[in-house]
Amino acid sequence: MRRALVPGVVVAVVLVLVALPLFLTPYPISLVTRILAFGLLVVSVDLLTGVTGLPSLGQIAYFGVGAYTAGMVGVHVTDNLPVQLLAGVALAAVAALVTGAFVVRTSGIVFLMVTLAVGELTHRLADGLDAVGGSNGLAGIPPGTVLPGGEPLLIAGFVYWWVLAVFLLGMAVALVVSRSPLGRAMRGVREAEGRLPALGQRTYAIKLAAFVVAGAVAGAAGTAWTAQNRFVSPGDLAFSVSAIALLSVVLGGAGTLWGPLLGAAVVIVVRDELAAYVAGYGELLLGVLFVVAVYALPRGIAGSRLRRVPSVKPA
Amino acid sequence: MGWLDANLISVLNGFALAALLFLIAVGLSLVFGTMDVLNLAHGSLSLIGAYLGVALVGDGASIGAFVLAALLAAVVGALLGAALAAMTSAITDHLRQALLTLGVALIAADVLRELFGSDPERVSAPAALAGSVDVLGRPYPVYRLSVVAVAVVIGLALYYVLERTQAGAIVRATVADRGMVEAIGIRSQVVLLGVFGVGAALATLGGLLAGPVLGARPGLDSTVLLLALVVVVVGGLGSVRGALLGALLVGQVQTLGVSLLPGQASFLLFGAMALVLLLRPRGLLPSPYAHAGGHA
Repeated sequence: MRRALVPGVVVAVVLVLVALPLFLTPYPISLVTRILAFGLLVVSVDLLTGVTGLPSLGQIAYFGVGAYTAGMVGVHVTDNLPVQLLAGVALAAVAALVTGAFVVRTSGIVFLMVTLAVGELTHRLADGLDAVGGSNGLAGIPPGTVLPGGEPLLIAGFVYWWVLAVFLLGMAVALVVSRSPLGRAMRGVREAEGRLPALGQRTYAIKLAAFVVAGAVAGAAGTAWTAQNRFVSPGDLAFSVSAIALLSVVLGGAGTLWGPLLGAAVVIVVRDELAAYVAGYGELLLGVLFVVAVYALPRGIAGSRLRRVPSVKPA
Repeated sequence: MGWLDANLISVLNGFALAALLFLIAVGLSLVFGTMDVLNLAHGSLSLIGAYLGVALVGDGASIGAFVLAALLAAVVGALLGAALAAMTSAITDHLRQALLTLGVALIAADVLRELFGSDPERVSAPAALAGSVDVLGRPYPVYRLSVVAVAVVIGLALYYVLERTQAGAIVRATVADRGMVEAIGIRSQVVLLGVFGVGAALATLGGLLAGPVLGARPGLDSTVLLLALVVVVVGGLGSVRGALLGALLVGQVQTLGVSLLPGQASFLLFGAMALVLLLRPRGLLPSPYAHAGGHA
């Protein structure tokens, strides 16, 4: 893909996404909605794994903070979706700051395992905390409104547009950060962490900033998830979701942001849709997909066309 | 003595679980230490061992048949380990290894579900070990004590082979510097195949021995994988002693922790792991030979 074509392709894709509810029936629309919310989670994983070189299994924690915050605000405070989004993102960012302060001291496999622990702890917390519904999940979230006092969004297409708006916002944040000086410093951490201090860069601050941004993006994805499902359960935060999010990044091509998004779409479609044709074998199909992809697409979906994809190696 | 008296069964169960976790996790640790391969299909290997137990000795066989089944499980595991070693040998990036081995694990899970169904299966202890003995005045299953004994024997044998024999020296050298081992004329691929085979054999054997304690059911593979990962990371990657210490800790947290703080056990488990890793990122007893502990 030539550089000059990129803005055109992006505009075309966004236009198609915006127009989708005019052509599709509610069921496929809800599928695309799920892909967008999960895709934004995967983008947040890629900010850490691909861009910064810190492989994470813990973004589900901040996704969960966002999802549960949106749900709790919806049940107890207001059905206003922008308020739920702001609250979810703010709390997810704070959670990422507090946990990240410890977590980013590690790297490599240890980082992977500590983030796994953070994800699992959040999962168990959600499961055990009666205030958020415990193992039954958080139910009774009212349909959201966009404007204060406006009509609640009940039609799948309107919910989709809200989720799409959150998705585009999150994606824009991820792209802007990844191209900013912070993004270059994050790539520096990935490529040669030891050299950055020699250039006067503080790697701890860079990694923590990356962690907070990724946490906020994951939190936004969580609020979008809640806006669509109007139900959050501890099962949404299971280890398997973290694993599949990380693998979507690898499948798509780590570090490119748009590649992992395609990876997420492929994973959701294979697991949830193709599986319907071979009842009960969704996991098997996903497994075959992963195994084939490792050999057939050594650099992921994004790397199979582009030459300029940087080599992806966790530090 | 009052405290010990009240919690004796939990402590003993902790040792039995630790014995099983050690058998399963030590292979994961050695494969990572020598081959630098993160094998996320390790839990599937042990579930295959458990289902072999269901198929062969599920209803309580004689001790001879049980031992035969255990040996068969080890052979099956070694073959599967060799196959995994061949599949992963060309792939050096940890994330792509994770993608590949988790793919294999997902396939294995669906195949096992197809073969054995979704209902939890029970495996009876061999007839001769099915009873209980008195431990400090409390009855305790003989089988669980035998599992501890088996794990101690295998652990000692493993330690002896790794630390006192030439084969062990070659394995340790491969952990430290694979290129140098190649340079002195040893084909590291063969070493790696051997380590992967032995590690996988221990996982299937551990899975079969775990049958009478944990049963066999879909989902047990990922439960066991998570526990084994925690054991290995807490103990220190690539180290037998680390896997032992990690298994003892996790075993007690999972049993004594449950009985002392019901409902908090998994919280304790991952909290303890996070704490250990933040204080000692390379684990409690990292392999003295590995040159890069916190390295991915």
